[in-house]
Amino acid sequence: MRSLLAALLVAPTLALAAGGGYRLDPSPHDPYDLVSLQAGARTFVNYCLNCHGAQYMRYNRLTEIGLTEAQIRDNLMFAADKVGETMRVALNAKDGKDWFGVPPPDLSVIARSRGADWLYTYLRTFYRDPKTTHGWNNAVFPNAAMPHALWTLQGVRSLDMVSRADKAGHVSIDYQWSQIEPGLQSAVQYDATVRDLVNFLVYVGEPGANSRKRIGVIVLFVLGLLFVLAYALKKAYWKDVH
Amino acid sequence: MAGRLMALWNWFDSRMPTLASEWRKHAAEYYAPKNFNFWYYFGSLALLVLVIQIVSGIFLTMHYKPDANLAFGSVEYIMRDVAGGWIIRYIHSTGASAFFVVVYLHMFRGLIYGSYQRPRELVWIFGVLIYLTLMGEAFFGYLLPWGQMSYWGAQVIVNLFGTIPFIGPDLALWIRGDYVVGDATLNRFFALHVIAFPLVLLGLVVVHLLALHDVGSSNPDGVEIKKTKDPKTGHPLDGIPFHPYYTVKDLVGAIVFLAVFCTVMFFTPEVGGYFLEYNNFIPADPLKTPEHIAPVWYFTPYYTILRAVPPLFDSQFPGVLAMGIAVMILFFLPWLDRSPVRSIRYRGSVYKAWLTAFIIAFVVLGYLGTEPTTVWGQFAVREDSFFGKYILDTKDVATWVGRLGTIVYFAFFFAMPWYTARDKCLPVPARVTV
Repeated sequence: MRSLLAALLVAPTLALAAGGGYRLDPSPHDPYDLVSLQAGARTFVNYCLNCHGAQYMRYNRLTEIGLTEAQIRDNLMFAADKVGETMRVALNAKDGKDWFGVPPPDLSVIARSRGADWLYTYLRTFYRDPKTTHGWNNAVFPNAAMPHALWTLQGVRSLDMVSRADKAGHVSIDYQWSQIEPGLQSAVQYDATVRDLVNFLVYVGEPGANSRKRIGVIVLFVLGLLFVLAYALKKAYWKDVH
Repeated sequence: MAGRLMALWNWFDSRMPTLASEWRKHAAEYYAPKNFNFWYYFGSLALLVLVIQIVSGIFLTMHYKPDANLAFGSVEYIMRDVAGGWIIRYIHSTGASAFFVVVYLHMFRGLIYGSYQRPRELVWIFGVLIYLTLMGEAFFGYLLPWGQMSYWGAQVIVNLFGTIPFIGPDLALWIRGDYVVGDATLNRFFALHVIAFPLVLLGLVVVHLLALHDVGSSNPDGVEIKKTKDPKTGHPLDGIPFHPYYTVKDLVGAIVFLAVFCTVMFFTPEVGGYFLEYNNFIPADPLKTPEHIAPVWYFTPYYTILRAVPPLFDSQFPGVLAMGIAVMILFFLPWLDRSPVRSIRYRGSVYKAWLTAFIIAFVVLGYLGTEPTTVWGQFAVREDSFFGKYILDTKDVATWVGRLGTIVYFAFFFAMPWYTARDKCLPVPARVTV
């Protein structure tokens, strides 16, 4: 236990040495864009919701992003019978571990732990790597257990990493991408697909976020009114204090 | 109608006169100095946050499951499926940090106006006990969401007790109830968080207030208002009844505080990972140690002190000891301060310089505790040079700044008897200034 503590105290040092790496692109998602959220939901159930679940998210909650229960049932529910169910998948953790090395994580709050920028960049930086077991690797998350699930859309790309040292001796890496096989979508279309998917994942992370902000405005307005009243009360009482 | 209400009150009062007499003693006829400024809001605000935490906590316990397999999911259940659950949860998570914000500002007030000096030593000591209990309460509560930071933060802190010579390992085992942090730990931390520590906290708050009302409040001038009383009424000339004057004034403060509180909880409840850490949205995994374990911001000054002190004979105990002393030293503050004046208004430049250095050190220590030790890079010293070999056990700049901050932190307290006794103070007026 003592050695664990010692290890933990130096662990942060190792973290930065391992991290750094690929610069994240800012995610252009918009939580108020319902069309984008619906497109993201479609991509999510078609490409993600086979291995990954979102076990805290209920299907019928998607009425919040402008869908009817009938639309949800007909277009999005491949893995559930009732519209009130959560987004679970049949893949169990043990099989997942056997097949991928780690069980595919639940995606309910993935946008809250990873952040939108990380997801947006991660999903756009897969490349062909014959050295890994499944033939894919990732620039943001080296040796990721996940193969490129969206490869039919993006196509196959390769990555050359060239390290360069400047005069002061600081090493930087040049990332040189090239398209090996075209996908169904152009680069611009694919970026939009990922933006929509990330938008949806951010929404799933906290479905109530938009109404939280709306309620917040009302609460602050009420507190503003209360402040005026309380301040007038205080002034009146303190008139005789000198 | 009014007559009937009066009759009802008289019926009550004749059977239980305590209520009216206590009200007079602690509110209507408790004379507080009339010159309280901005810094004097935080005592009543701390009480407000305590109430907020207890009420929101009660509602959380109605839906939370203290079980290693269910805890993480039950929090998400509260966030999504419980009506109004997300508000309750964000109130509680924002309240935890707000409690420390308010308490740190309240303690800072005590520091700059010398509120701990004679005859208010007991008020201060009960206050430090509240602070210690609050730290325990926050630590136990932080395990409950059962995320990665909950889990590994608890693992690290329990292991701190494991470094104590001889009894350490057994003590850590006793606290955990298991060889690793697990279901047994979660269950007992839940019990301590929802009943044991809140009870102690409430008791200490009552004692803190009783002790205060026996000696009376100090003020920004550090003048004892009981010394100049109105010969006719016997009330302090510079005092005003707490109720209604300070109840209406604190009401204004409470509303402003709530506005800040609500701005945080409705628009940015995570506060960039400081109030809700990003890694805590990953369920606890005993087999996967996170790359960077950082405590929540209110513990980080002490975490930096822990990391700054180098190990001795392969044991982290010196760091743990330094961290413990850093908190415990607060108890001795009333006797370390030898200054003839209370308030910073009448202290000399030496004390002001020390206090400024202390505040800067505390903030820097706090910041460094949230970051890896490599945050400010490394010294460009060759490994085989004299410095690299014998002087620098680590080249991380942040660790050395942390060490400097730690020295300043301790020097502020240990050198206090010396510099406060020699400082050139200004004359204190006989009456408060408004």
